[in-house]
Amino acid sequence: MHSAGVNGAARGLVLTRVKRVAGVALIVVILTFLVAPIFIVVPVSFGSERFLQFPPKDLTWRWYAEFFRDPEWRAATIFSLQVATLTALSATVVGTLAAVALVRGVHRARRALTALMLSPIIVPNIVLGVALYLSFAQVGISGSLTGFVLAHTALSVPFVILTVSAALHRVDPSLELAAINLGANRFDAFRLITLPLIAPAVLVGALFAFLISFDEAVISFFLSGVGTKTLPRKLFENTDFDISPLIPAVATILMSVSLVLMGAIQWINRMRSRSGASEGA
Amino acid sequence: MSAPSGPSGGRLSRGTTILLLSPVLALLGFSLFWPVANLVGRSFFDEGFTLEHYRFVYEQPLYWRVFGRTFWISVWCCVLALLIGYPVAYAMARTTGWRGVVVAACVLVPLWISILVRSYAWIFLLQRNGVVNDVLRDLGIIERPLRLLYTEGAVLLAMTHVLLPFMILPIYATLRGIPRDLEKAARNLGAGPFRAFWTVTLPLSLPGVSAGVLFVFILAIGFYITPALVGGPRTLMIGTLIAQQVTELLNWRVAGAVSMILLAITLVITIVFQRALSIEKISGNA
Repeated sequence: MHSAGVNGAARGLVLTRVKRVAGVALIVVILTFLVAPIFIVVPVSFGSERFLQFPPKDLTWRWYAEFFRDPEWRAATIFSLQVATLTALSATVVGTLAAVALVRGVHRARRALTALMLSPIIVPNIVLGVALYLSFAQVGISGSLTGFVLAHTALSVPFVILTVSAALHRVDPSLELAAINLGANRFDAFRLITLPLIAPAVLVGALFAFLISFDEAVISFFLSGVGTKTLPRKLFENTDFDISPLIPAVATILMSVSLVLMGAIQWINRMRSRSGASEGA
Repeated sequence: MSAPSGPSGGRLSRGTTILLLSPVLALLGFSLFWPVANLVGRSFFDEGFTLEHYRFVYEQPLYWRVFGRTFWISVWCCVLALLIGYPVAYAMARTTGWRGVVVAACVLVPLWISILVRSYAWIFLLQRNGVVNDVLRDLGIIERPLRLLYTEGAVLLAMTHVLLPFMILPIYATLRGIPRDLEKAARNLGAGPFRAFWTVTLPLSLPGVSAGVLFVFILAIGFYITPALVGGPRTLMIGTLIAQQVTELLNWRVAGAVSMILLAITLVITIVFQRALSIEKISGNA
């Protein structure tokens, strides 16, 4: 390529290497594009000036302190945690029951029923948000904890159903049958045999549901009342006028919650696949 | 991996099944089907049944512009996400060890970070004295900051970024299922690396490509957060149009009509391409 003296083979080798380096460079550039824009808010949140600055000159925890001191942000955080916790609980119970029914009970209409259960994923969030705003106001639960939990449970239940039914498919139904033959009733057999085997998947489902609720912004935008705002909702409305590093600080907090929960999910999944291998399924 | 045992092996009775399904059906009925039917239903009624609101939507040039913009931004979003996402999916399927972990993390981490946070990052980057303008000014490319935020380009860029994982994961899932030996065999038979990819791997990965394109398109036409934050009122898309009807104009019937149109498009695409969209493809169990 550059010197005339190189023989053909060596030139070919150089060319392959150039191509490989170019390929790796391309991937690195794309991965940077995927990740860097998100994490750029992290250093900014530690900036000491009253306006956004990148890179920040001095680092400070000031905006985090401000976040925890401000009564409105604190109220939003507590409300979000309440909604997400209750959503995780209800979505897990409702979703696990549905998964058991879909895997062990339904045979003829399984496809149609599964599609029905997954419909919250298909309906555009904006349509659901506006629809819930209208309808929940009619029954007086718009802006209430109940309203939020009902809406977020519907939104996250498909993910619980998917995770738990995947795990149920791996549990041999004859194990329960054996327990029943030995004198256990149907419910005990499920509780003592199947439930412990699918427990990690149920936990993963609960974490998914928590995260979906905690991060959810569209439906919260429409359901929120004056005193009942979730954290994403408050962040959403403040992005318009607040130009201090407080917003990046909140974004960083939300991101950290996502990463911690994601890490927990990965960890459980890895434990599960490890123990799954030893059980021989 | 045990196959389901005999016909009655561990199968629940019909009564128990219905009992177990009733909570989820009640929940979806109350928090999904009823509200959506309630909203959409309004668009068909005034005093009695009417298509007046649909005629209104049909006759507004503004609405046609919004529909057109939503369509084109979504199409371009698919094209860009495919061009950018395919190489990553390929790298993800073909790399092992710590490199594989890094690639997978870069794809999965953004997926689980709130769309709001990811869109906000773009506001920060694209605003008047944001990072992009600063860099361009420092490099001497521009003298005065460009208006980047609240443009169609900004919406397209941010949406492509936010939706990329939905393109990458289904493609990755199909690529992972293609034995590497096939490509090797093609190479042994004399094909160059490009030709082996073009004639063997690419055609086999098309199911993943179609699933990715459909996911991104369906999500894009109904997107709200990103267009609202990065596009603003000047770059309305269907999602922001519906929100505007409700929050600013209190026009529930028109909001219902536009929602109905959006929902119908989404459902038609989903039902027609049902096979390509099987959920196993995103969850990676294909």
